[in-house]
This record gives sequence, C-alpha cells and structure tokens, in this order.
Amino acid sequence: MQTFLGAVINGLALGMAYALIAVGYSMVFGVLRLINFSHGAVYAFGAYMVFFFVSLKLGLLASILLSVVISGLLAMLVDKVALEPLRKKKSIPIATLITTIGVSFIIQNVLSIEYVFGSERRAFPSTNLFANLSIGNITIQSSQIIMLIVAVLLLGVLTFLVQGTKVGLAMRAIEQNRKAAHLAGINVDLVISFTFFIGGACAAIAGALIGGYYGVINPGMGSTIGLKAFAAAVVGGIGVLHGAVVGGLVVGVVECVAAQYLGSNVRDPMAFVILILILILKPNGLFGKKGITKV
Amino acid sequence: MKKKLGTIRENGFLYVFEHFIDAHRAALIALLALLAIAFPYTPVADRSTQRIVTMILLYAMLGMGLNVLTGYAGMVSLGHAGFYGIGAYCCALLTTRLNFSFWPALLLAGCLAALVGFLLGLPSLRLSGTYLSIVTLGFCEIVQMVLKQWDSVTNGNYGIRNIPKPELFGHQFNLQNGGFYQIILALSVLTALGCLAIKRSKYGRAFQAIRDDELAAGMMGVRTARYKILAFVISAFITGVAGGFYSVINNGYIEPNNFVFNVSVLIISVVVVGGLGTIRGMFFGAALLQLFPQVFPQVFRFLNEWRFVIYGVLLVAAMRFRPQGALGWQSTLPYPLSRRTREELAHRSVLPGGEKGATP
Amino acid sequence: MSFLNVEGITLRFGGLTAVDGVNFHVEQGEIVSLIGPNGAGKTTVFNMLTGVYRLDAGQIEFMGRRIDGRTPQEIVTLGIARTFQNLRLFPKMRVIENVLVGAHIHTNYSFFQSLFRTPAFRREESEKELRAVEILESIGLGHRVNDYAEGLPYGEQRKVEIARAMATDAKLLLLDEPAAGMNPAESEELLRFILRLKEAGYTVLLIEHDMRVVMNISDRIYVLDHGKRIAEGRPEEIVNDARVIRAYLGGEREANAED
Repeated sequence: MQTFLGAVINGLALGMAYALIAVGYSMVFGVLRLINFSHGAVYAFGAYMVFFFVSLKLGLLASILLSVVISGLLAMLVDKVALEPLRKKKSIPIATLITTIGVSFIIQNVLSIEYVFGSERRAFPSTNLFANLSIGNITIQSSQIIMLIVAVLLLGVLTFLVQGTKVGLAMRAIEQNRKAAHLAGINVDLVISFTFFIGGACAAIAGALIGGYYGVINPGMGSTIGLKAFAAAVVGGIGVLHGAVVGGLVVGVVECVAAQYLGSNVRDPMAFVILILILILKPNGLFGKKGITKV
Repeated sequence: MKKKLGTIRENGFLYVFEHFIDAHRAALIALLALLAIAFPYTPVADRSTQRIVTMILLYAMLGMGLNVLTGYAGMVSLGHAGFYGIGAYCCALLTTRLNFSFWPALLLAGCLAALVGFLLGLPSLRLSGTYLSIVTLGFCEIVQMVLKQWDSVTNGNYGIRNIPKPELFGHQFNLQNGGFYQIILALSVLTALGCLAIKRSKYGRAFQAIRDDELAAGMMGVRTARYKILAFVISAFITGVAGGFYSVINNGYIEPNNFVFNVSVLIISVVVVGGLGTIRGMFFGAALLQLFPQVFPQVFRFLNEWRFVIYGVLLVAAMRFRPQGALGWQSTLPYPLSRRTREELAHRSVLPGGEKGATP
Repeated sequence: MSFLNVEGITLRFGGLTAVDGVNFHVEQGEIVSLIGPNGAGKTTVFNMLTGVYRLDAGQIEFMGRRIDGRTPQEIVTLGIARTFQNLRLFPKMRVIENVLVGAHIHTNYSFFQSLFRTPAFRREESEKELRAVEILESIGLGHRVNDYAEGLPYGEQRKVEIARAMATDAKLLLLDEPAAGMNPAESEELLRFILRLKEAGYTVLLIEHDMRVVMNISDRIYVLDHGKRIAEGRPEEIVNDARVIRAYLGGEREANAED
C-alpha cells in the first residue's frame, strides 16, 4: 500500500511536469494541427540553458527566468525559420512533420557537440530546496513538491491566458478558423509566434523542474519524454488545456505505478498503451472536441 | 510524331529526360541489371562497400513498404520500426529456436508483420490524419516494450544472438561472398515489381483515390475501410520481410534497440526525401540517407561532430525547397495503357490525345 | 412504381431541419431538375440519396429496392452515381485513372491476379481502359486522357466528374451543378451532352442554377426552399409559378445550410 501511494505521489509530481510539456504540444496542435516534434528538444535545450546560467553563477531563479525567455524565443525561431515558410507554401502535412523532426535533430545534436555541452550527462542543480516531507513511511522530496506547485500555478496562469485574455481569444479563434480569424483582423502570424513562445517557455520550466528532480540532464533527454508528453496531450484531448493536465497526470501516475509493479521496462511505453486505448475508445481524447465532416 | 499532352509541359529537361529513358528502356534496364549482378565481383566491392550497398537496398525496401501506406494510400506511419522489429524477431526466433530454414522464416516474418498490420489498420477506420500517425507511433513504443519485457521468448534487453546465416542447397550467403547483397537485391527488385503491379491496378488506384479524397472514393464504390487495412497489411508485410533479412546481416545479433522510433524516422525520411509515391525515389532516398553518415565524416573530418546537425539541416532544407522529394516529380510520359488497349485504339485510329481525337 | 421514389425524407442538423418531408419521383429515362435558392437543401438531398447522411424520416426506393440506410458503396453498386458541387476529383491522379476509379466496382480481378499480372488481369484492365477512353471521348475529353486532374481547367474537371460517374455503370446520374464555372459556350455543350446521356439510356437528376440549362433540358422540375418542396412541374409551369418567383426573388434568406 505504501509503495503504491509513493508511486502515485511520484506520478502526480511527474505528471504535472509532463503536463507542462504537453501544453506546448497541445497549444501548437490546436492552432496549427501539427505535431511539433521539435518540442522535446526545446525542453532539453531549456534544461541546458538553466545549467549554463547556473554555471555562470547567476543563481537558480535568475537562470531559470533567462532560460525561459531564451527557450521561448528558440521555439518561436523554429516556427519562423522552418515552419512558417511551409505554411505559406501550403505544403503537405508530412513535409512539416519531417521538418519538425529535422529541427529536433539539429537542436539535440548541437547540444551534444563536445565544445557546446557534450553528449555526456551533466549534473544539474538540485531543486530539493527545503527539507523532504515525511508522512508515515512515505517520503516526498521537496523537488517533487516544488514541481507540483509550480506546475499548478503555471497551468492556472495559462488557463487564464487562453480563456480570459485577448490573445487567448485570438488563439481560440485561429483554432476554429484561421482564415476567418485573419479576415477579422487578427494578426495570425503574431499569435502563432506567441503560441510557440509560450510552449517553449513552459518546456523550459519543465526542463528545470525535471532536471532538478533527477539531478542530471543529457542532450537526448527530450526525445522520450517529449513523445510521452505528446501522448499525454492526446490522451487528454489535444488542443484543450485542462486535457493536457489530466493527460499528464494520468500518464505520470500510470507509468509510476506500472514501473513499481511490472518493472522499469514498461515505464516509458505505458504512456502509449494508455494513448492507444483512449484513442480507440474516444478518438478525440478525454476532453477533445469532435469535428464535423462536410461534403 | 509526339502526342499532344494537354496540360503536361512538353518541353523542359524532365520531358526530354523521361522520354529518353522511355525510348531506351530495355537497354537501360539491361545495363542496370548487368551492373547490379556484377557488383559483388568488381574490385570496388570490399566489405565496407558491400555493407553500405546492402543497407541502401534494405532501406529502399523499407521505403517501398512504407510508401505503399504513405505514398499511395496517404496514411503516415511513425511506427514502421515496429513492423521491422516484429519481422526481425520472428525470423530470428524461428531460425534459432525452432531450427527453421531462413527462407520460410523470412516469409513467415512478413506474414506475422502483416497480421499485426491488419490489427494496427483497424484503428485507421476511426482515426485519420495526425491521430492515426500518433497511434502508429504508440504501436512502435509498445513493440519495444514487448520485446524488452517478454524475456522468455525475446530474451529481453539482451536480444538474440547467433542467428544463422541463410543457406540454399549448401551455399551459405554472407557479407564476404556477396550473398547478403544478392538476397537484398532480389528482395528489393521483387518488392519494386510488386509495388508497380499494385500501383497499376484497381488496388493502387483505390489507395490513391483514398489518399486524394476519401469521401469521393467511397462514393465511387471503393470500400475504403478494406482498402485502408489492405494498405497496412501490404506495407507491414514488406517491412516484416525486410526485418527478417536484417536479422541475419547484423552479425547474427538483434536487440530491441535496433527498432526504436529513430528507425521509423529514418524510414519515413527515405520516403519523403526520395519522393513520395515513387519507386525510384525510395532507392535514391535510401542511398542519400545511408551514404550521408558514411561518406560525410570521411570527407569533412573536422565536421564529424556536426554530421547529425547537418543531417537535420538537410531534412529541413529538403522539405522547404523540394517537399515532393528529390525524385518526386509527376511523370510527363503518357499513362501506360496496356498494349492490348493501345493496339485496339490504333485499330480504331482514335488515339487518346492524338490529332484525330474525337473532340466534339 | 417509379424508377426512383422518394417519400417524406427528412434530415435535421441539430435544431435546423435541412430537408423536411420531401417527396419526389424520377421515371426511367427522364431528366429531372432540383432547383431552389442557396441553402434550400438540394445538395443535402443528394447526400441522402447517396448514403452520405442517414435519414431522420422517410424512405427512398430505387428500382423497387429500399436504399435508405445503405452505405454509399452499396448504393453506387445498385446504380446511382453522383458528381459534387465543389469538385471532388482525385487531383494527383490522371484523368483516365480518375475514370478507372469509377469503374472500380465492376473490376473483378483479385489482388494476386493483379500482383502477377495474369492474362485475366490484363484482359480486364484493358477492357476498362478502353471503356474509360470511350467515355472520355464521348464527353469531349479525348485529348485529356493522360493529364493530371488537378491540371485541368474548371469546366473540364466537372466533365471528368461526370465521366467518372458514368464509369460506375450507373443507371441514375446525380449531377450537382455541372454547369457551375462554365462559360456560355461550355454550358451549351454540356446541355447537349446531358441530352445525349438521356438518349443513351441514362436517367439524370440534376441540381443546377443555370436556368437556361434547366429550362432547356428538364422533363420535370422540383423546386425546394428551406428544405421543403414548394413546387413541381414542367419547365413552362415552373417559370410562371408564383411561389417559385417568391422563393427566388422575395422573402428572407437564411444561413447557407448547404455546401
């Protein structure tokens, strides 16, 4: 029972961090109907930026803030340089898909270059900033508590951003009908850039939180976690913010519990088992909206 | 006299090039066949060249497999490494555990992959576009899990060792004697012929109709559900056979990590960079993407560390400037009517598109 | 009993009743037109006839058989084929391939026959090719056989759609605004072609806005407005019908429930 509870708590904390990455996928998918495979690499990049600024003795908080801005800008740049031209040319979706994969190759491998950061693991400043919490036999690390709190706060802010602000309204309008939104005077390119920025910023925070929890980072850290976060976004219903949160939590908890009882090999694929089950039962995810086909 | 081709441009390099090839088709095929058969006996064919060429043909075959699904039927799979792995493990297990000979094991590897392809095709009835790609991605991860977890059969993370080399009538096929090359040459040529036959039949047309407009295809009587699943089955079969072949050429050893997501990405890159929907493009794309990491570090030693960065840049640039793929042009040749049809039309002296075409 | 008999068909989209208890019939060899203002529900009727939408009420009989509730594939096999208002060709395929897809349901060779290109396969494939070329020539597209559908001008793409529908060996053709986007000379030619279809034994149900086409070729006309049938009759009766004139010229217009 205790190990079970421990696994659940682990899963909740990790799940919230997944949710932070998942919102990046979800928002971009909502606006552009595109799986942005470069997002996982931006997450790794964010973690490395924190690592870099901390090594310059800038302090953890300042480093994270800087990294958030830079990662947001990177995500925006990716869109501007690689994706926007394809959009303007009305390329086939698969071309855009390959492009995002190419971009993730670029980011991840630049990080691995020896005189950049190198391909080896690096020690990351721990986010265990205060004493661990113990309830009975269960120990909750402070990094987990921080992960949970920061993620909840941030997702709250994001929800407000999407539901309660003008930019959010514009995002939702573009999601419904990009052409009509453009005709209504919305600066579509700007809103798309903003969406990428937010996604990149959230990924950087997730990078700092997860890096701080495990204490190590490596350039490839984004590939598996990126796919899992993406699965989480789809499970919840891609394009829907609270869907990403629920999806992240479901994936986090299930994989931690499964790893506890079935062995560590099943940890990573668990997200996809849930994904396939959900998609077959509810093709649009738990909270996804159904589209109407027209003839 | 050349026929009028309507909206097809009758000038330009492509037109001249394609018509040149068409005019000398038999001679060119004979030349290519000669080169292909002679290759292992030429002085250039040392171990490393043989290995590279074998990998190119293997990836061309994988490309053709995915091409049936993505190029013809328009469904994007991010999980073909899964079928590849299933084929490889099936073949390896049959030969090592049950003492099967390589050849039936290879066929069964394709069949098992096809069966799984059938199952994976089922969600395609409810999901389309990106969502379907996501399921295929998940499928690949789950195959990974099963391969790692099912210790008693797959030997888990340790993989399978000592996979015997193929033999036929006492002759062993291996890298040194050009045997691997000969097998994959035969397999890839057969696959190419099969794909062409499919493309020029009602099956290929149904796939392409579904790709271009699924609803309209349904309204023309195409049972879209069946054909989508069929595309999965054919695609998985080809990929499974390729996997079976891979299991014997990798120093007799395979492990789950040979079939990760990145392999799916490589396969799909071959298809898209080469030219979606074409056969020529699969060979070209495979050659490009296999040669790049081999040749590049030798030429640009100092850039060795950058090779995957440059690989990424190449993918991005290819999609930006040539999204149809390097060889993905639309043919300017006339539609290949069957000979019987051409004779009949000539008999009626009503050439399609000819000067005497009956335009009211 | 009529060739096509439609009784009380109704379809609702949420609160909107797009088609409301519409009755009509088509006799073999007739050319019947469905006309009405935008949003009247004409295309929706086509979608109901061809199995895209399930009826909320009513029934459809074709050649003595109930066809409502059947799949589009079954309906086209029974002999009803259609064209689309917003052109739904297979753009990356050649014109002849588009027509050959139309012949799909009557192409009987098996997968393995096509894989090994057996004599039976070759014979049948050649038959279908010849038939496709014949159809294309009959509609004036003999010079377009080899082209890609997306490369054709708009008017010719419409013709390819008709050719594709003919290749299904349908007995009843549903043509959804075939003259849209054609110049007067082209629509004149189309008009003659539709009359030839009738001579060749086809029955045609037509949606058309070009009144010159409608009035010149229709045996009978049904007028729809707001999902209801408001008039029926021969062309000369329809032009003088007060309700029709009101529907077209007066009265409020509603949101476009079609396309």
